[in-house]
Amino acid sequence: MNNQNHYDAIVIGGGHNGLVNAAYLAKAGKRVLVLERRHTVGGATVTEEVFPGFKYLIASYLISLLRPEVIEDLELARHGLEIMPLESTFQPLPDGNYLAEWPDHDATKHEIARHSKRDAEAYDEYARTMRRIALALRPLLNVIPPDPTSTAPKDLETMAGVRAVLQQLNEEDFYLLSRLMTMSAADFLDEWFECEALKGSKATSGIIGSFMGPRSPGSGYVLLHHYLGEVDGVFRTWGFARGGTGALSQAIASAAREAGAEIKVNASVANVIVKNGEAKGVVLENGDEYTADIIVSNAEAKRTFLNLVDAKHLPEEFVSDVKRFRTSSPACKVNLALDGLPKFTALPEGKEALLRGSIEIVPSIEYLEQAYDDAKYGGWSRKPFMDALIPSLLDPGMAPPGKHVMSIFVQYASSDLEGGWNEEKKAQFLEVVIDTLAEYAPNLRDLILHKHIMTPWDLERTFALPSGHIFHGELALQQLFFLRPAAQWSNYRTPIRNLYMCGSSTHPGGCITGAPGRNAATAILEDRP
Amino acid sequence: MLKKTPFHSRTSALMQADQWRRWAGHTVASSYEMTHDREYLALRNACVLLDVSPLCKYQITGPDSLRFLNRLVTRDVSKCSIGGMMYTPWCNSRGKILDDGTIAHLGENHYRLTSAEPNQRWLEDNAIGMQVQIEDVGDEVATLSLQGPRSRELLMTICDAPLGGLKYYRCVNTTIAGTPVMVSRTGYTGDLGFEIWISADRAEAVWDAVIEAGHAFALQPAGIWALDVARIEAGLIMLEIDYTPANKTMADIQTSTPLELGLQWAVSWNKGNFVGRKALFDEHQKGSTSILMGLEIDHKEFERQHHALGLPVPYPFLAWRAVIPLHCDGEQVGYATSGVWSPTLKKYIALGHLHPRCASPGSLVSIDLTVDRFRRSFNAKVTKLPFFSPARKKDTV
Repeated sequence: MNNQNHYDAIVIGGGHNGLVNAAYLAKAGKRVLVLERRHTVGGATVTEEVFPGFKYLIASYLISLLRPEVIEDLELARHGLEIMPLESTFQPLPDGNYLAEWPDHDATKHEIARHSKRDAEAYDEYARTMRRIALALRPLLNVIPPDPTSTAPKDLETMAGVRAVLQQLNEEDFYLLSRLMTMSAADFLDEWFECEALKGSKATSGIIGSFMGPRSPGSGYVLLHHYLGEVDGVFRTWGFARGGTGALSQAIASAAREAGAEIKVNASVANVIVKNGEAKGVVLENGDEYTADIIVSNAEAKRTFLNLVDAKHLPEEFVSDVKRFRTSSPACKVNLALDGLPKFTALPEGKEALLRGSIEIVPSIEYLEQAYDDAKYGGWSRKPFMDALIPSLLDPGMAPPGKHVMSIFVQYASSDLEGGWNEEKKAQFLEVVIDTLAEYAPNLRDLILHKHIMTPWDLERTFALPSGHIFHGELALQQLFFLRPAAQWSNYRTPIRNLYMCGSSTHPGGCITGAPGRNAATAILEDRP
Repeated sequence: MLKKTPFHSRTSALMQADQWRRWAGHTVASSYEMTHDREYLALRNACVLLDVSPLCKYQITGPDSLRFLNRLVTRDVSKCSIGGMMYTPWCNSRGKILDDGTIAHLGENHYRLTSAEPNQRWLEDNAIGMQVQIEDVGDEVATLSLQGPRSRELLMTICDAPLGGLKYYRCVNTTIAGTPVMVSRTGYTGDLGFEIWISADRAEAVWDAVIEAGHAFALQPAGIWALDVARIEAGLIMLEIDYTPANKTMADIQTSTPLELGLQWAVSWNKGNFVGRKALFDEHQKGSTSILMGLEIDHKEFERQHHALGLPVPYPFLAWRAVIPLHCDGEQVGYATSGVWSPTLKKYIALGHLHPRCASPGSLVSIDLTVDRFRRSFNAKVTKLPFFSPARKKDTV
């Protein structure tokens, strides 16, 4: 065996979780190698200059759920991470009116009262309730999921910990949580609010990244999931990383390298070497071989177990669980290089500051549900939901002086498009997106210097996301916590000895959290201190 | 009535939050927006424009200018060539700090001194017998501070001066919007930045030109709250907050010296006599009884204690200005004077005056903070200042 090519641990995939995992393992003294198939690390956490001078957020675009522990343990601030909270939301409405959320509580209440006095009052109680529940549940993000059927001491202990977390809630909040977990975001919001625009905006948290409508049961949980995020202790805040999300990956990579990890790009893993039920190493597409005592897969579950590992090494029921893992995805990403700022007809003079926050095209829950219905049977929304952002207003380095870049998260366009995706269909859907946005900002078309779309097809091809699913698979109750990605194998370990998982197909799932990477490192270091 | 600065017509038009404050008898913005967060973030990530006109400014001319200044301040002003600037404190005869500011060497026997408080009387008293003219030009000279990583690029689009090569603490004369101005590579933020010195009657034209050009660089007008976060990160002291000027104290216990404030680098022992030298040299030899250091408060524990009570953590986004005792082994060993959550460093930082035995970096002291309605003790780690000093602060291109 060539000792040069032997490591303590190999991480397959340099997505943000793979990098986090590598950094923790390296800090614990392991000799770590990260193998990334693309030319750059970060996976979907990447900033790319697709059009010269303009930095595009071609996949992920905002940060909220990134664990403060990860920022602190890896000293990401020292490695260059700067996060700017997005403090406002601007929601232009088809009738020329708008709804805004301001960074100031009173200003937001006055704004909501303009639409509904009732809702302005409910808003406070809603925000406080969600905050209380999120605050109590937050510790679960850092838990290695236990197997509730197991009587092993470790599992019993963790189950007791989970119980303790739930006991933090008072009875009312506990019952509310139980209902929220199983109901739809729309039903939940109907209990609180009457203003359609406000409900529409709140409902988006329940469907982002998921192939569900706001009336689908289960969207309540996703709504809550997004409340677990924070920026500097402020809950439900989304932040923009200076330089885009790619800058975050670079900061984590820098921390990993400083701790001694080695990172190879353009190194696509073809398969994991398994001998006698034990992972021994990996073979690259180019034939290179590396061996290690620990193999960690940052790749999603389907790729890991149906592709990188020969099925003969796996129990049949596990393979069918992985096959069943729901990954159909409706999310697209559009980037526009603009010659100036779009002018939204609904935006009043003097309130241009709102353009520095989220710009949401979602006039109501009905709009959102209709957008879902259009896509449900292999189509796309005729009027899609959009969550747009003009990063160059926060970080002028994202575009040349005076120019702007607009990042638009778009939903829904089915990953299982009827007849399949191709370049022509991509171009067609891109026009649907631009047309829809131009209804609110008529000068948009004249400003466009360059346009770019990532459909689920592109997200799958570029980042090896299953069906392009941005969370590596749906955040649905049947595949969360001790069921993610499969029952009995939710603790980052796998049926193959020394093979671990550290990607978004594990608890607590998608978004830029760093939690699967960190939790997996904890599990690995428990087994091999 | 408070005075208005020459930019008031512009700043008041931008004010959205009615958040004004006093600064040396003037009205200035605390923050233009409802919260100062974006103003701070722009300072560290794009650029901001601050109205710092309330600074007191004195023009010093005459053949004895240098001799006068060298007698007045603790630094060696002869080291400051024409086109240079220097930061310096000055003291009374007992070595107690009175004020701190900058000296710009504008020409042969021509300087401009800035201060936080009016100093005309003190300056004149120290000029007795010297051929020097001291003129208060505070109202004639308006000052803008343009700070942040993109400030240089912005400024280069509206003036011809070779700012790329302008070094830290150097200045240059140029023209903005047809107005002759002086631009200096200075600021109170610890970041890349400039101050623009303008004849007050042309203040608005220059403001407008900077704002106009700023659209391309995400320029944000900012107030004192954002500045306060940045200056603590940069470890820069503030008069009346981190020290009390000696002429405003009632007893010695309230005074400070430049050595206690970590400004020994700004005290020149070999330039000859200056006001307070004897007392300072004495302190220099015997050692100071207090030293200003940085503190990193254990925010993790602060957070844990809030969560234990089921409470969200109130991050101190707005800098606090208060005297808070610091303890070690049950004994008070100093006090903190300002503190803030640093969004850039992700740390809860503070400035503390400490007994030398507890002042070495890495030492732990304790600080009392309230967790909702309970007073609790938290560890604070002593660190060197500044907390934050990016390479761009001093770089040239």
